[in-house]
Amino acid sequence: MSVKAARRPPSKGGGAAPFQALFWRLPWLRAVLLLVPPLGWFVFVYLAALGLLLITAFWTIDPFTTQVVESWNLDNFRIILTDPTYWTIIGRTVLIAGLVTLTDAVLAFPFAYFMARVASRRVQTILFAAVLLPLWASYLARVYAWILILNHDGVLNWSLQKVGLPAANIGYTNVAMWLVFSYIWLPFMVIPVYTALERLPESLLEAAADLGARRWRTVRDVVLPLVLPGVVAGSIFTFSLTLGDYITPILIGGASSNFIGNVVYANIGIANNVPFAAALTMVPVAVMTVYLTVAQRLGAFEAL
Amino acid sequence: MSSAEGRKSFWRLACVSASAVVAITACGSSNTPTGSTQAPPPTANMKPPTSVGAGEGQLNLVLWDGYADKSWADPFTAATGCKLNLHPAGSSDEMVSLMKDGGGGQWDMVSASGDADLRLIYGGDVKPMNTDLIPDFKNFQAYFQSPPYNTIGGVHYGISLQWGPNTLLYSTKKFPTPPTSWSVIYDKANQGLVTVPDNPIQIADAALYLSKTQPSLGITDPYELTQKQFDATVALLKQQQPLIKHYWALATDEISLFQNGDVTVGAAWPYQTIQLQQNGGPFADTIPQEGATGWADTWMMATKAPHPNCAYKWVQWVSTAQVQAEQAISFGETPVNSKACAQMDALDAGSCHQYHADETGAAYFNTIKFWKTPLSTCDNGSQNCVPYDQWVSAWTTIKG
Repeated sequence: MSVKAARRPPSKGGGAAPFQALFWRLPWLRAVLLLVPPLGWFVFVYLAALGLLLITAFWTIDPFTTQVVESWNLDNFRIILTDPTYWTIIGRTVLIAGLVTLTDAVLAFPFAYFMARVASRRVQTILFAAVLLPLWASYLARVYAWILILNHDGVLNWSLQKVGLPAANIGYTNVAMWLVFSYIWLPFMVIPVYTALERLPESLLEAAADLGARRWRTVRDVVLPLVLPGVVAGSIFTFSLTLGDYITPILIGGASSNFIGNVVYANIGIANNVPFAAALTMVPVAVMTVYLTVAQRLGAFEAL
Repeated sequence: MSSAEGRKSFWRLACVSASAVVAITACGSSNTPTGSTQAPPPTANMKPPTSVGAGEGQLNLVLWDGYADKSWADPFTAATGCKLNLHPAGSSDEMVSLMKDGGGGQWDMVSASGDADLRLIYGGDVKPMNTDLIPDFKNFQAYFQSPPYNTIGGVHYGISLQWGPNTLLYSTKKFPTPPTSWSVIYDKANQGLVTVPDNPIQIADAALYLSKTQPSLGITDPYELTQKQFDATVALLKQQQPLIKHYWALATDEISLFQNGDVTVGAAWPYQTIQLQQNGGPFADTIPQEGATGWADTWMMATKAPHPNCAYKWVQWVSTAQVQAEQAISFGETPVNSKACAQMDALDAGSCHQYHADETGAAYFNTIKFWKTPLSTCDNGSQNCVPYDQWVSAWTTIKG
């Protein structure tokens, strides 16, 4: 007993002492107590909701009452896989999400490079504010601003007309969606790329220069490989945010601009066909699972 | 004048993420047998009250945002002592799910639109109402006293409120002679200049057009389509798809489409035309020779309404010519009370005629096919009609 007492960590007094002793005797208890709230949240709120979604996807609805009929079947998945409409919509969604990601990566890299390695402290702060400023404004306001730019009598056509060029009718097309998405999600790419670039040790660049590499060679062989995880991390945001969006297609899309989200929305909001919506939701879940697996291989999670 | 557009579609967007979660968890335990429309509605034999007693002090309403605007809700509370608790719904569907199980003993009334009414009635969620207790009922346009979307077998499952037609809106610059047929929105000459609402019920507009232009299909009711008629309608809409510039979701979107010259012709509500004309634009609307579809809202009482007296007092209140006119002006819709015309003109000169509130004859209302839920049971009792969930998936296919 006396030995144990001697080995007990010094108590700071007060009511915490018995707990401290307990934690000291049972080291795993502290870890469990620390992990229960976040893990509980994750399991019950997040995984349970996903699980429910998955289960619902195997049910159908009664067409008249729109009540869910709990009979197990694969009808929803069969429809999604056999109807070419859904393939078109899934393809369009993934393609535009990919294009947006690519565009944002190309735009963000030089910008983030300038911010991280060239700009003075003061300019850096200003640029940071400039990147984040649009996020303070409503998403809807920013999309509507683009509608004002791109529509038939909008700023773009007006400017083109002033310089004697023919009108570019890109309002209400998939091109308009690509532009708007690229604009809206750009900050989510700039920040991780900036972080990755800032971590880049100056010594490596100096070493490359000492070894005779020119600027482009250094960028290609030193900077890009080290920054790639940051780009992939940013692409997780731009890709998944585009993949799940359904408001921009409604507002600035053309006649055939449905995204997966729009079909999910129509099935829940209008038809009350939750099972079909749940089945369709599994598509982006699957796409993101593949995407995240690849991203993890590329080391994106260390850059987050 | 804030939100004719908000009411119909915008909030549908806003609440989707919330309702998705709610619906998925809420639907987990439901297991209701298939309904049949041949049987009378479950509440058909419930006897409505014959008099309105003292108010209960409370009234819980599920309604379109703004249907209990302060300007007429506050005087109501002051006059009757019924305090209003409002739950604005985002979509017809949200209304149906809130009203499940007869409103659950929580909700008293719902301001349902025609596309939800039959679901509520046959779901047993709403019960018959006594029209004798509504003094203004006799002033309603004859059509709206017993329209097919809220009156079945002579039993009134609600009291009509307001309505609006879906009109053909066009630019008078592009069409110096007014178009007389819906054919303009299916005409290749207008490629990329057409807009129609992003709503599966739009299939009925095409069916209505086909009922006149292809009589061999035998379409008599655009909401009751056999598979063959439905397929022909969907085929027409797929042909139309390349002509569409944008399927509009919000009334304001359509207004800016016309204003910015992106489109020159499309399907609209009177609200859009009036807004465009007030801004001085060269726009006009018409109800073409094939007729038009329309929407109409009804106050319906929950089967388990806890405050029925306040509910009747509320319907009495919103049926009066004054409140009908106020709501019509505030929303850009048309009152069902034929006496509301003078009050409308007093609030906004000329509005009565603009909104067709001065129409009296059956001839006008017969040209308008009001929204009702497409069911698998046709009017003749056969089960050959295409139900609404297939309308929704077909709409996805049409848009592609």
